[in-house]
Amino acid sequence: MAVAKTLAEKVWDAHVVRKGEGEGANAQPDLLFIDLHLVHEVTSPQAFEGLRLAGRKLRRPDLTIATEDHNTPTLDIHKPIADLTSRTQIQTLRNNCAEFGVRLHSLGDAEQGIVHVVGPQLGLTQPGMTVVCGDSHTSTHGAFGALAMGIGTSEVEHVMATQTLSLKPFKTMAINVEGTLRPGVTAKDIILAVIAKIGTGGGQGYVLEYRGSAIRALSMDARMTICNMSIEAGARAGLVAPDQITYDYMFGRPHAPQGSDWDAAVAYWNTLRTDDDAAFDVEVDLDADTLEPFVTWGTNPGQGVSLSSKVPSPEDFGDENAKAAAERALQYMGLTAGTPMKEIRVDTVFLGSCTNSRMEDLRAAADIIRGRQKDPNIRMLVVPGSARVRLEAEAEGLDKVFKDFGAEWRFAGCSMCLGMNPDQLEVGERCASTSNRNFEGRQGKGGRTHLVSPVVAAATAIRGTLSSPSDLDPAPESAAIRTNAA
Amino acid sequence: MEKFTTHTGIGVPLRQSNVDTDQIIPAVYLKRITRTGFEDALFSAWRKDPAFILNQAPFNAGSVLVAGPDFGTGSSREHAVWALKDYGFKTVLSSRFADIFRGNSGKQGLLAAELAQDDVELIWKELENAPGTEVTVDLPSKTVSCGSIVAPFDIDDYTRWRLLEGLDDIGLTLQHEEDITAFEATRLAFMPKTLPARLS
Repeated sequence: MAVAKTLAEKVWDAHVVRKGEGEGANAQPDLLFIDLHLVHEVTSPQAFEGLRLAGRKLRRPDLTIATEDHNTPTLDIHKPIADLTSRTQIQTLRNNCAEFGVRLHSLGDAEQGIVHVVGPQLGLTQPGMTVVCGDSHTSTHGAFGALAMGIGTSEVEHVMATQTLSLKPFKTMAINVEGTLRPGVTAKDIILAVIAKIGTGGGQGYVLEYRGSAIRALSMDARMTICNMSIEAGARAGLVAPDQITYDYMFGRPHAPQGSDWDAAVAYWNTLRTDDDAAFDVEVDLDADTLEPFVTWGTNPGQGVSLSSKVPSPEDFGDENAKAAAERALQYMGLTAGTPMKEIRVDTVFLGSCTNSRMEDLRAAADIIRGRQKDPNIRMLVVPGSARVRLEAEAEGLDKVFKDFGAEWRFAGCSMCLGMNPDQLEVGERCASTSNRNFEGRQGKGGRTHLVSPVVAAATAIRGTLSSPSDLDPAPESAAIRTNAA
Repeated sequence: MEKFTTHTGIGVPLRQSNVDTDQIIPAVYLKRITRTGFEDALFSAWRKDPAFILNQAPFNAGSVLVAGPDFGTGSSREHAVWALKDYGFKTVLSSRFADIFRGNSGKQGLLAAELAQDDVELIWKELENAPGTEVTVDLPSKTVSCGSIVAPFDIDDYTRWRLLEGLDDIGLTLQHEEDITAFEATRLAFMPKTLPARLS
């Protein structure tokens, strides 16, 4: 009888080129085949240079794809990039892709955008694959039941040269989310609550599998939001077993299997689930029924609370390191313990990033703001995840909803999530952001970030203080609040 | 990669948990296309504060960083390792490292040594009481010594071997190129390829 396996173990085992010798903690790593390598301008130049210096080829250009995202402007994209170092880096990517035969979607191309939005949208991300990229948010692709990992530049070079990676087996953790989300509570709140529960180091050494009725009910866009932030819990990857929702999303996409290949693929994908009698190393439970909108108060993604609660006090933390971290975070964030989260006034709202910049995110935010007024003191940036998302949103008239509201409708890219382009916070500026990291200075030197869902971002832009949709007066047209339900 | 066997240098106590890679090197420095020259970028936001540990002698000449738990979280940027190395750090001690940071360190010859938090606390005290105290990190015996403290550290055998030998990963893998070629022949036919490009 076959040994019972988790989904992650099945995908792993299907990609072992060569098994490492030895057992246990000190076993040699396995050599794993990589099905898809995503490349962008920031973590690739030194890897291409490494190949060149060693006289090596890029082994599989046909399993590699590049896009420009981290440092691209979101305004005036048809002009030369003003920042010279950014322009050089983008030009370096273009030169490298031309030299090594890599497909590249450049600024201005309809398929350009954040690398983790582009892969799924083209149908290149599929169940059961191994996906890597020199970017920690590669975990996003786990939403399809792929084993997807962020890697460093040395590993990028390794994949370019060999189409493999040497990896030590991970432990497995089940994140069981049962129940039904209430209106206004989203996938973002699930993952922020998970990280607050297990901590920024809780997932270290693990691949997380998100399971349970609340996860099964989520759309692909929402599952991507959850898997995206697995890295914020320290996990190397996070995944969701593929199902009909996955197949419906995939069907007809440019690189999805076609004809009889589709049937063969679905038959294979149907085997990609954790066996009933397989055991996880750790299981964590979260109740979806009682979950509220979540928001961070500190400077790491684990420092989060329900939006209806108060800024915690360092004294609330038993552990000395956590206490010191909380003290430092409150000082950086300019917050006083005991302040209700909903009384915190923000300056900027950022709707975007590989966490929350897909169609469903834009629709959910647009549904909240339609027919309402933006707080006049708030600046709001809406940055679609890809040029394709931007086009689709415009076809639905969402751009008009955002512009009428007073938000800025930008071109696609990573933008203010990490502020490598001109979209940055000023010193002391406070932002409600749908992105993934509230680290010190992440969105601009001295900037203060509160991580929120798209609907909380929208409600906050209306009220000027951190707010949930339920805090709003009924809109003139009483637009229904969408949840992440498929 | 340079070999690592044993290193002795001034220890720098960084009493902070969750030192993410955005702190180690802010994103603005990632626009460079070189692999070296990042010494100015290391902890650049924190170094603007005169009280920051690396702005104080003798710590500014340190080469052994002793940090709080969850060091290197967040972004996968290998630039964090390059910046630490360029500044002069040979090794980082912490009770817990983020997976990607640990992996990147191993590729670049920076030793990420995992120590019990109690031992980290002892070393912090020693370094604060006697600034300039040297720390010895010995990879063959997997021990750290500092003053009268001798503590064991963890590192997996494979990374240890690679560091001791200074081995290049790609070269090691290419010894098994036949296995890769054999695997490629078995890849499922419906699995996607990026080329030729299909567009929406």
